[in-house]
Amino acid sequence: MPANNYEYFLLLPHIVLSVGIVLSILIEIFTRKGKEVLPWFSSLLFLFVGFYSIINIDKNFFIFGGMVEVGGRASIFNFIFNIAALLTVLASTDYIKKYGINYSEYYILIQSSVLGMMVMAMAHDILVIFMGLELMSICFYILAGLNRKRSSNNEASLKYFLLGSFATGFIVYGIALVYGTTGSTSIQNIFENFMQYFNNILFIVGMLLLLIGFSFKIAAVPFHMWVPDVYQGSATSVTGLMSTAGKAAAFSVLLILLGTSLSYSSPIVFRNYFSVIAVLSTLVGSIIAIAQTNLKRMLAYSSIAHAGYMAIGLAAGNNYSFAGITFYLAAYVFMNIGAFTIISLIEGKDETRLTLNSYAGLNKKSPFLAAMMSLFMFALAGIPPMAGFFGKYYVFFGAIKSDLTWLAIVGVLSSLISVYFYLRVVVYVYFMNENEQFEIEKSVGSNLAISLTGLLVLLFGIFPDSLMNLIVNFIK
Amino acid sequence: MLQVPMEYYLILSAFMFTVGVAGVLIRRNAIVVFMSIELMLNSANLTFITFSSYLGNSIGQIFVFFVMTVAAAEAAVGLAIIIAIFRNKLSVNIDEINIFKW
Amino acid sequence: MINLIYLTVLLPLIGFLFNGLFGSKIKNEKIIGIIGSSTVGISFLIVVGAFIQTLSLPVEQRSNTVEIFTWLNVAGLNIKFAYLVDQLSLTMGLIVTGVGFLIHIYSIGYMHGDKGYWRFFSYLNLFIFAMMNLILGDNFLVLFLGWEGVGLCSYLLIGFWYDRNFEKGTTSQAAKKAFVVNRIGDFGFLLGMFLIYFTFDSLNFKEVFAKATTFPVTETTFSLIALFLFIGATGKSAQIPLFVWLPDAMAGPTPVSALIHAATMVTAGVYMVSRASILFASAPSIMIVVAVIGLLTALMAASIGLVQNDIKKVLAYSTVSQLGYMFLAAGVGAFSASIFHVMTHAFFKALLFLGAGSVIHGMHEEQNIQNYGGLKKYMPKTYITFFIATLAITGVPGLSGFFSKDEILWNAYANGSFVFWLIGVLTAMMTAFYMFRLLSLTFYGNERFDHHHVHPHESPAVMTVPLMILAFLSVVGGFVGMPKVFVGEHGNLFENWLEPIYKPAQLKLAHFGMHSHFEEILLMAISVVLALSAIYFALKVYTQKPEIAESVSSKFKGLYNLLLNKYFVDEIYEASVVQPIQKGSEKLLWKFADVKIIDGAVNGVALLIDKLAEQIKKIQTGFVQYYALVMIAGIAVVLFFLLFSL
Repeated sequence: MPANNYEYFLLLPHIVLSVGIVLSILIEIFTRKGKEVLPWFSSLLFLFVGFYSIINIDKNFFIFGGMVEVGGRASIFNFIFNIAALLTVLASTDYIKKYGINYSEYYILIQSSVLGMMVMAMAHDILVIFMGLELMSICFYILAGLNRKRSSNNEASLKYFLLGSFATGFIVYGIALVYGTTGSTSIQNIFENFMQYFNNILFIVGMLLLLIGFSFKIAAVPFHMWVPDVYQGSATSVTGLMSTAGKAAAFSVLLILLGTSLSYSSPIVFRNYFSVIAVLSTLVGSIIAIAQTNLKRMLAYSSIAHAGYMAIGLAAGNNYSFAGITFYLAAYVFMNIGAFTIISLIEGKDETRLTLNSYAGLNKKSPFLAAMMSLFMFALAGIPPMAGFFGKYYVFFGAIKSDLTWLAIVGVLSSLISVYFYLRVVVYVYFMNENEQFEIEKSVGSNLAISLTGLLVLLFGIFPDSLMNLIVNFIK
Repeated sequence: MLQVPMEYYLILSAFMFTVGVAGVLIRRNAIVVFMSIELMLNSANLTFITFSSYLGNSIGQIFVFFVMTVAAAEAAVGLAIIIAIFRNKLSVNIDEINIFKW
Repeated sequence: MINLIYLTVLLPLIGFLFNGLFGSKIKNEKIIGIIGSSTVGISFLIVVGAFIQTLSLPVEQRSNTVEIFTWLNVAGLNIKFAYLVDQLSLTMGLIVTGVGFLIHIYSIGYMHGDKGYWRFFSYLNLFIFAMMNLILGDNFLVLFLGWEGVGLCSYLLIGFWYDRNFEKGTTSQAAKKAFVVNRIGDFGFLLGMFLIYFTFDSLNFKEVFAKATTFPVTETTFSLIALFLFIGATGKSAQIPLFVWLPDAMAGPTPVSALIHAATMVTAGVYMVSRASILFASAPSIMIVVAVIGLLTALMAASIGLVQNDIKKVLAYSTVSQLGYMFLAAGVGAFSASIFHVMTHAFFKALLFLGAGSVIHGMHEEQNIQNYGGLKKYMPKTYITFFIATLAITGVPGLSGFFSKDEILWNAYANGSFVFWLIGVLTAMMTAFYMFRLLSLTFYGNERFDHHHVHPHESPAVMTVPLMILAFLSVVGGFVGMPKVFVGEHGNLFENWLEPIYKPAQLKLAHFGMHSHFEEILLMAISVVLALSAIYFALKVYTQKPEIAESVSSKFKGLYNLLLNKYFVDEIYEASVVQPIQKGSEKLLWKFADVKIIDGAVNGVALLIDKLAEQIKKIQTGFVQYYALVMIAGIAVVLFFLLFSL
C-alpha cells in the first residue's frame, strides 16, 4: 500500500518506463512505422529515465512498506542500466538490419529487460528481486534467439533458457527455504535477526542456493558454463547488453543482500564461498580466454574473469569494496559496450569476421576504430589511466582492507595473464598486415556510441576519485 | 482431523525437486528437460505452501502465484524456442545442439 | 581571475585537441594558427588578470590554492589536482604564456606552408598545457605530470621534421637523445619524490615545506632529497653532466628552440629548485654542488660557444651557459635573482632565437654564420632587434640582462666567494665575445653568400612584430629588478614580490658578512668594463681583421679543436657510457639475460599457460546437460563444505 501519493513520484522512472513499454507496444501494433520510431523513442526514454534517476539521487527513501528503495544506490544503478541500454540502442540500429533482426520487438524487449533490472536494483524484498530477475531473464532469452532462422541464435537461446530456468529453480527453492525459516521475505528482516536464523541448516542452505542462483547470473565459475556459448551465439548488440547491464543487475542484488548484512553487522559467513568462486572465475576466465580466437567468445571469458574480480570485492565485504564494485561495474559497462560495438561494426553478414584475423591491419582501414579498440582493450586489461584500472584498484584495495591480501594477489596475477589476450588484439590491430579486404560499414549511431563510451572510459580513469566519492556517499 | 507433520510435505517437495534435477541431467528431449524444470519450480511451490500453511502467514501463497505466473511466461518462451529449433533441425534432441563449444 | 586559473591550462588543451583531431582536415592555415595562438593569448590575459588581482591582495594572502578535483585518495595518499597561484607561479606563468603567445604568433609566419602545420600548433598547445601544469601544480605529482608532459612535447617537436637529416644523423636521433637524457634526470626526480613522500608523508608543497622546517629530519636526508631533485633539474635544464641533449635539440623548428629550448621548458629545473628552496636551503652541501655545477656549466658552454659556426648552435650553448648562471644564483641562495634571470633570459633569448629564425628564413635555411655577412641592409628590422638582444645578453648597462646578471654576480661574490665571481665575469666576457662574433659575422662585413641562389629578404610582419615586442621587453624588462645599491633597500620590486616565497629558505641560510656599496659598484664597473672590452675586441676581429681569428685558431689548434668539438663530451659519453652499455646490453643483457633467461621464462610460462588453456577449454563441451551437471557438482561441493563446517 502506498503511504501517500508522494511515493508514486519517487517511483516515476519505473512508471515512465512501464508506460513507455506499453506505448511502444501500441505503436508497434497500430502503426507501420514502429521500426523507425522506436529507436528514437527508446533512446529518449532511456535518456530521461537515466538522468531523472541520477538527478534525484539524494531522494533516498524506502517506500511501499520497505519493499523498495529509491534514490541513492538504486539511482546509480538505474543510471548505469539506462545509459547502457541507450548506448546499445544507438549502436545497434544499423547492426540489427545487417543481422536480420530488425523487428520492433527488439526495442520493446530491451525496454522490458531494463525495467526488470531497475526493479532488481531497487528491491529490498526477495519477492521483488525475483520478479525483476525473471522479467530481465525472460526478455534476454527471447533477445538471444531473436533471429529464429539462425541455428546459432536458436542454440544460444535454448542453452540460456534451459540453464537460466534451471538456476531459477534453485533460486525459488532457496527462497522457499529462507521464507520457511524466517517467515518473511523482507531482506531487512532476514538480516536483522540473522544470528537467530544462523544455526538453522535450512536457512543457510536456502541462502546459499539463492547466492548460487545469482552467481549463475553474474557468470562466476563453476556456474559460468552457459556464458561463452550464449555470448557467442547471440546477436552482438544483445551480447553487449547482457554482458554489461545484465551482469550489473545481478551484482546489484548481491550488493543489496551483502550490504544489508553488513549494515546489521552480521558475521560474514559467505566470505569463503565468494573467495573460492572469485579465484576460480579470475583464473579460469583469464586462462581459457587465451585459447580463443573468436572475439565474442574471448570477451565472454573475459567477462567471467571480470565477474571474478568483482567477486573479490564481495568476499572482502566492506563498504569500500562494495563502492569499488559499483565503480567497476560502471566502468566495465562502458568499456565492454564500446568493445562489442566495434565488434558489431567489423562483423560481416552471417556472423563472419568475428575472429582475430579480421582485425589484422585494422589501423589501415579505420584509424579511429583501431585507436578506440586499443583504448577499450587497455581499459579492460586494467592499464592506467583508463577506467578499468581504478575499478580493479578499488576492489583489490577493499580486499586488502579486509585482510584478504592473498585474494588481491591472485587478482593481480590473473589480470597479468589477461593482459596477454587483450594486448594480442592491439597487436593484430596495429602490427599485422591485413589479410582480408572488406569495407567497414558506416554507422553514425555506432560511431557516436563508441566515442561516448571511449570518452567515459577516459573520464572515469582521470577523475576516479570524484566518482568514487559520489558512490561511497550513496552506498550504505 | 489428523494433522500431517510438516516434514512430510518438505521431504516430498525435496524429493520432487531432486527428481526434477535428475530429469534435467538425464533426459535428452528438450521438452522433457523443460518439464523437469517445471517440476523443480512446482516442488518449490509446494514448499512455499507448506510453510505458509504451518506459519499461518500468507506471503508464501502470494509468492506461489508469482512463481506460477513466471513459470507460465517461461513455458511460453521456452516452447517458442523449442519450436524454432525444431523448425531448423527437425529434432528437439538437446544432444545435437552443440555448435558452440570450447 | 585567480579562480579561473584552470582555464589557462584547459584552453591550450582544447586547442591541442581541436588542432590535433581536426587539424589535418582544415585546409586553411589561418584558422589553425588563430586557434593555436588565441588559446595561449587568452591564457595570458587570464594570468595577467590573476596577477593584478594577487597584486591587490595583502602580502600574506597572495598564495592561493585553486582545487580542481581530488585525483587519488587512498589510504594516506591524498593527491588533489590543485593549482597553487602565488607570486612564483604567476611570474613563471606570465613568462610562459606571454612569450609563448608571441612565439605562437611568430610561428604562423615561420611555419607557413609546412605540411605539418596543424601538427606543429597542436604540439605547441600541448606544450603550453603541460608547462602550465608544471608551474601551477600545488604538489610534486602534478608538477611531475607537467614535467613529463613537457619532455614528451620536447621530444615530439625536436623530431618534428622526422624526415630530415640533422648533422651526422637524423632529427629522430636527436629527439631520442633528448628523451633518453631527460629520462635519466627524471629518474633522479622520481627518487627525490619518493624520498619526500617517505620522509614527510605528503607530496603537497605547502605541507612538505611546512614540515621541512619543523620535522626533525637529518641533514643527510635533506641532502639526498636535494641531490635527487637536482639531478632531475640537470636533465631538464641541461646542466653538467646531462647538458648534451640541448645542442642537438636544435634539430627542431626554430620557434621550438625559442619557446622550449630557451625561454621556458629548460628553465623548469630552475623553477623546481626555486620552488623547493627550503629543501635545498636545508642541505648546505648540495647548495655548493648546485652553485659549482652551475658555474662550470656556464664557463664550459660559453667557451664552446666561442667557436661554433651554426647560428643556432651558438645560441644553444649560450642558453646552456645562461642556465648555468641561474643555477649559480640558486646555489648561493639568491633564488629570486635566478628567477629574475629566467625572466630576462626568456625575453632576450627568445628574441635571439626568433631573430635567428628570421635570418634562416631569409637565407633559405642556411645556418652557417660563415656563409652570412652584411645582412644588415637586407633585413633591418631583424638586425635592430637582434642587436638589442645581443646588447641585453652581454650585459650592457641599462638593458635587462645587465640587471639580472649583475645581481647574480654580486650574490656569487657576497654569499659565495671571490672565485665564483671571477669565473662568472670570465664567462660574461666570453658571452660578450661570442655574441658579437655572431652579430658581426651575420650582419656586418662582406656578403659571403652566393648571390645567384640566395636572395636575403626581410620576414613578414607577423614575424617581425613579435621580435619588436620582445626587443622592447629586453630593454625595459630589467627595471623591475634594479640593484639595491641604486634604489635602496626596498627598491627592488622583483625581489620584494618574490620575497615571501623564499622567506623560510632565507631564514635558514647563513649570510656572510656585510659588504659596502663601494665594493658592489666597483665589481659592477669591472665586469662592465671587461664585457665592453670583449665586445670591442670581437667587433674589431670579425669586422676589420678576420685574419686575427684565423691566426689565433691556427696557433692554438689543439684548444680550438677541443672547443670546436665541444670538449669531445659527446664522444666521451659515447665511449664511456653509451658504447659499454650498448655492448653490455647487447651481449649480456639482451642476448643472454633477456633472450635466454627472461624471454625464456616469460615465453615458457606463456607457452605453458597457452597449452593449459588449450586443454582447459575442452571442459566447455557444448552439451547443455553437461553444463547443468557442472552446476550441480558445484552446488554439491558447496553444500558439502557447508555441512562439514557446521
